[in-house]
Parts: sequence; structure tokens; C-alpha cells
Amino acid sequence: MDRVPVLKIGDMLLVSIQVDLSDRLASQLQEDLADRIVATGAHGVIIDITGLDIVDSFVGRMLATIATVSRVLDAETVVVGMRPAVAITLVELGLALKGIRTALDVDRGIALLRDLRAPVDGAPAGDDEAEQAPAGVS
Amino acid sequence: MDDKTGKRLASLLAEHRDPVLEAWATTVRETLRGRLARAELSRQLEEIYGALQSALEGGAVAADDPAAAELRDVLAELSRNRARQGFSATETAISVFGLKDALLAVLPTKDSQVLADYARFSLMVDKLGLFTFETYVSARDAIITEQSAQLLELSTPVVKLWDGVVAVPLIGTLDSVRSQLVMERLLQALVETGSPFAILDITGVPAVDTQVAQHLLKTVVAAQLMGARCIVSGIRPQIAQTIVSLGIEFDEIVTKANLADALQYALREIGLEVGGGRRRPAAVEG
Repeated sequence: MDRVPVLKIGDMLLVSIQVDLSDRLASQLQEDLADRIVATGAHGVIIDITGLDIVDSFVGRMLATIATVSRVLDAETVVVGMRPAVAITLVELGLALKGIRTALDVDRGIALLRDLRAPVDGAPAGDDEAEQAPAGVS
Repeated sequence: MDDKTGKRLASLLAEHRDPVLEAWATTVRETLRGRLARAELSRQLEEIYGALQSALEGGAVAADDPAAAELRDVLAELSRNRARQGFSATETAISVFGLKDALLAVLPTKDSQVLADYARFSLMVDKLGLFTFETYVSARDAIITEQSAQLLELSTPVVKLWDGVVAVPLIGTLDSVRSQLVMERLLQALVETGSPFAILDITGVPAVDTQVAQHLLKTVVAAQLMGARCIVSGIRPQIAQTIVSLGIEFDEIVTKANLADALQYALREIGLEVGGGRRRPAAVEG
């Protein structure tokens, strides 16, 4: 039985969608993801759609649902790696995917999630030029 | 189809060379209305005349004869030049057809053999005229295709301003074809350079109506979907007035008055501080 793998990296979950999503696969993914967030206590979800050639209204709504469900479970969702053609199609269809955070690639997605968590944790990630004031640097 | 016809015509042309050329040049000059220098026109016509003469001597009595290859080359070059110089199709065709009248004027019309030869000659010139016309049209087509491609190239450069910031300076009216191209190029550039910031500079866009605004909004939303942020800069006072009076919602888009402000904003968002002219540049931290 096909499943989209959900990988745990630190306190984040990474989902890389490589095949066209059937309706069944999409709802399976929604369930799996909700389960995994609760099981691992993850604070962020990264959905990589680099492999998707087509994003229709169904997949668009699935992404929005995942984002909402995750937020209820205290995890932020970032969709990364959308192809230009996909973005153009979505815009032409009038699907702006409101409420979904996006980033260019997985790296930037991780950085974005860290930035989102940083104010709560109080300690910004030190490895890249984050927006927080580099107060202690001398 | 005997090549004697060609030979006889060639000797006729040789015999009446000067008066025929003179009459031909006059006819053509009238239609061109002095837009081509007299000397140059004469040179062109002499070249055609010479090529025609040698084609006839070689036995060519039809325009597509192998012996007329040189003649066709000369004519093709003439019509290509005329197309580039902006002459009309009629003016170009008359440059060839004029030869018939010019030759008829000097022929001994009593001679039936000569008349029969002239009929063949006339047929050949007609073919040559059509050939010229076709070359003219294809030259025009090539020019038009070339120019529209150049225009599109010219209009949509995506430039990298800084590490992580790309910009598109838009110049001229935005129609749906162009804005589609701009959108594709910009999104592609975002992927290739991995830039989280894009600046759309509309300083060169003469007017913004609802359609143009719609295109801009689409581009901005598409960039956001891919995870980049879009800044619109270069909005002139009149355009700002138009946007407001048309009731176009630009709420969610960051807009800046000029490209410099937009770049500064993007750099600041990335986490780089640039000392502006208005403030004293602070010492670089750390």
C-alpha cells in the first residue's frame, strides 16, 4: 500500500511528495501527519512539493487543511519548492492558498520555522543571519 | 522553348541598352518619388539588366531556369533591401514590371517574330515580378518576427541586484502576453537564484489600469506561493492616484516609491543594514 513518508528532523516533520496525489493518498497523508505530530510533539511541518507537476484545487485544499490541523496541534506548516508553472496555474485558478506559509526550498523552510519559534524560545538560532538583533556579538 | 528566342532577346536588349535603361529608370523613379538616389537606382537597374541579359544568353526563357539563378539572386537582394528601406510592395514590383514598357517602346512592332519573342519575354518578366513580390513579403515577415522577438527580449530582463534580491524593470505597456512572460521569467529566476525577494519596478509603465494591476497582483501572488516576497516600486504620483480612484486593492503588497527604497527594504528584511544618505551611516555592527 502506497504511503507518503513522513520524516522527523529535530522537532520538525518533513513530508516530500514525489508522486501525483490521489484522493485516497491525500487523505491518508492528512491522517498520518496528524498522528505523527501528536506522537512526536513536533512544532513544525515542512511539505516539499518540488516533485509535483500539477496542483489542483483538491490538493490546494488538502494543503490548507493540513496547515489548519497542524496549527491546532501547535505546529506551523511551510510549503516549499513550488514550481513556477504550478504557482502560475494556481494564480490563474484564483487559488491563493491563503493562510499557508511558503518558502523557496527546504533550507529556507527550516529557517522560517526556526524564526517563528525563536521569539517563544527566547534564543534565536545562531547559525544564520537571523532577523533578531545580534545583541551579544562583539 | 528554343534557346534562339533567348539569344534573340539578349541581342535585342544589348542593341537597345541605353534607351531602354533610360526609359525604365524614369518609370521607376516616378513611382519611388525621389526616395532613392538617382545614381543608386541606375546602378541597381543596370545590374538587373546585365543579369537578365546573361540569363537570356544562357538560354533561360523562364524565371525558374537554372541559367537565371544569378538574376534571381540580384532580384532577391533588391527586394530585401526595398523591404528594409520601407518601400511598399507595389513600388518594389514596378521596379521589375517597368522593364516591359521600356522595351516595348523601342521595339520594331511590325516584325511578327519580334512580337512573339516579346510575348515570351513579357511572360518571363511577369514571373520575375512575382518572384520579387514573394521575396519582398518574406523579407517583411522576417523583419516583423525579428522585431517582435527583440521587443519581448528587450522588455523583460530579470536582474540580480543583490544576493537574494532580483528585480524586473518593466518598461512599456503591459499586455497579457508580456505579463505572462514577465511572470514566468521572474519565477524562474527566483528558483534559479534562490532569491527570497523580488522587486517589480514599474517606473517605465506609462499607465496602470485594472488589467495591468490584475497582472501585477497575479505575479506578486505567484511569487508568494513559491515562498518569495514581492515588492512593487516606481509608482508615480499619477499612477498612485489612478490606483486609488479605480479602487484596486494593493493592501497586501509592499509598495515603495522607487527602486532604491525597495532594495533597501529587501536588504533590511534579509538582515543587512545599509546606511542611507539621510542618516549618518552607523558603524557596521560586530
